[in-house]
Order: sequence, then structure tokens, then C-alpha cells
Amino acid sequence: MLHLVNKSPFASTSLESCLKFATKGAPILLFEDGIYGAMSGTALEAKIKDVMKDHPVYALKEDLMARGIDVVIDGVKTIDYPGFVELVERHKTCTWS
Amino acid sequence: MKFAVLVQEGPYHHQSSDSAYQFVTAAMDKRHEIIGVFFYHDGVINSSKLADIQADDRNITKRWSEVGEKGVDLVVCIAAAKRRGINDDVLAPGFRISGLGQLTEMAIKSDRLVTFGA
Repeated sequence: MLHLVNKSPFASTSLESCLKFATKGAPILLFEDGIYGAMSGTALEAKIKDVMKDHPVYALKEDLMARGIDVVIDGVKTIDYPGFVELVERHKTCTWS
Repeated sequence: MKFAVLVQEGPYHHQSSDSAYQFVTAAMDKRHEIIGVFFYHDGVINSSKLADIQADDRNITKRWSEVGEKGVDLVVCIAAAKRRGINDDVLAPGFRISGLGQLTEMAIKSDRLVTFGA
């Protein structure tokens, strides 16, 4: 199951809820305001690095660019919309908003 | 692969209608079949032709109509539409009003259902 998170973890508990339900190995895609969770140097960086021990974490490139964020936590994979589609080809999805 | 998309947020509200559109066009570019886009809750506002969008702004409803022209079924939830004063008279080209059963059918018939906005 691919988990889609579109809310900032600094404004919403959707990422937290997602992490409580996501099974080990399930990929997480941060997009829209969700990408703030992928930004390095924040209070959540250590937590996201911990999450990446159990889940591949992706961030949508277009949404990072739209917000002027070019500092992404090491290990977070940036993907574009075709990459998003490829993830959906491989997994059923669950949206947390 | 057969994809279905659920849009639950109005246009120009935040970003979900834009994200859904980008996803649908990227999936079509990869030759996936979009069996339908279902507009629910405030998402039904995407179907209104009453909006008067300035020429230099993106026209979200027109973009969806263009997706509809390519054969994608654009389904608007009747209950959500009636609550918001949306009926056949204000429907933009390509959209049709139907019931929630259509969403169930899309979920059954598609390989993937992707939800945008809430």
C-alpha cells in the first residue's frame, strides 16, 4: 500500500496517523504541503530519518519546487508526476488528509 | 492499467484539484486508461461553468472538460451538487451528474483508485 500525505506535518496529524497504520516496507509519498516533512533542518528531520528505516519516503518534485525547497533530508527520494504514476502502478493507494 | 480518481476539494481552494489533474494527465501520457474521475464534496464545484476565470489564470474547469473530451467520464455526485446549487444547467462540457453508486462502480472496475483532497 502506497500512503499519500498531502498535509504539512507541522500543521496536521495526517503523517502521524499514516505512520500508525502503514505496515513495514510500505512506501510513503509526501506531496502538496506534505513535502514540508521532507525538508532538512527541521524539528522533524530525526523522526523522518527514523521512519526511513521502515519505509521508503518520496517527495513530489513539482511541489518542492513550487515552495522553493531545495534542502531535502538525505535518503528522501524526489520524484516527478510520471514517477508518482509509476508508484501507483506498483501499489494500491491510501490518502491521508 | 485502469485508474480511477476521486476529487474531494473545490478548484482554487488549495491544490488537490490541480494535483489530480497533473496525475491524470501523467497517467494518460503513460497510456493508462482513466475509467473515471469522481467529484465529491466541494469537488463538485470543479464542474460549474459559472466561474469567470481571467485570461491569464489557469482555468481548472476548462482543463477538466478537455480531459473529458479525451473520453474520460467526469462524474459529479448528485447529493453534493444539489447542496451547492449545481445542476445540469450550470454543468461545464464533459461532466455528468450521477449518484455515489458510480464511485463504487469505479472502485470495483479500476485497478487503482487514487483520492485527492479532503
